[in-house]
Amino acid sequence: MKAIVTVMPKPSVLDPQGAATAEAMKHLGLESVGRVRVGKSIEIEFPSAPDEAKLHEIARDLLSNPVIEDYSIQIL
Amino acid sequence: MKFAVIRFPGSNCDQDCLRALQTFEGASADYVWHKDSSLAGFDVVVVPGGFSYGDYLRCGAIARFSPIMAAVKKFAAEGGPVIGICNGFQILCESHLLPGALVRNRDLHFICEHVHLRVENASTRFTRTLSQGDVLRIPIAHGEGCYFADDATIEKLEAENRVLVRYCNARGEVTPEANPNGSRNNIAGICNEAGNVFGLMPHPERACDALLGSTDGRAIFQSLLSV
Repeated sequence: MKAIVTVMPKPSVLDPQGAATAEAMKHLGLESVGRVRVGKSIEIEFPSAPDEAKLHEIARDLLSNPVIEDYSIQIL
Repeated sequence: MKFAVIRFPGSNCDQDCLRALQTFEGASADYVWHKDSSLAGFDVVVVPGGFSYGDYLRCGAIARFSPIMAAVKKFAAEGGPVIGICNGFQILCESHLLPGALVRNRDLHFICEHVHLRVENASTRFTRTLSQGDVLRIPIAHGEGCYFADDATIEKLEAENRVLVRYCNARGEVTPEANPNGSRNNIAGICNEAGNVFGLMPHPERACDALLGSTDGRAIFQSLLSV
């Protein structure tokens, strides 16, 4: 089994990386581009169904920083 | 007074800190490895700059879970002075010893240059040999030094006079142009509620010898020694 934890900067946090990426997209001809946010995706493999409560705890305490980021978990 | 300089894999200002501290009368300093779990015998903890654990995941995120950090938290809870410089500041924020977080610089560049800092509160154990309004010239060297916290936290820090140093110009004016990295309210360094934990992005240990272009950093360590 696999869990994918997606970590994104909070909307209130300045994301200069996203802004620079949006500019580059415009240069490449995608002029209709709106706001771009850059986050990260963490893939975690498990031999069997993971302990979801523990996974949330780890996503909150280690994989993301709640001051600046939000996370979501997808289990495949 | 004995200073503990914490070393994580990837710390790179540990030697600078030790060397700077050894130039002060009445100070001795020793390294403490991140896998150690005791700070017995030390009077001050320095969490130095660098790239602990390669800055993987987020700056300071993995260092927070090092065995020594439990001892640093205990040391701080008992009132012991802790100073975190650059990556050390990031680690203290990740460890919740200080509020907020350090994020990517506004202009995405790694900035390595001398900046000016205005002393905003000179009544703490880290600033007591200075005066409010003093302007210090101290280098910064970071890619993720933009201080961020939500509005309520910023208001609380300001109301409680916990912003100890702020980026300013050579005349001591706090302006948007003097803000190198986009930090909220030009914040360069803050302390905790009890006033015994201080984190700052600039490197006072790199401003302790005239050969390095400034000795303005000495006042911060001197303050710690002036009990």
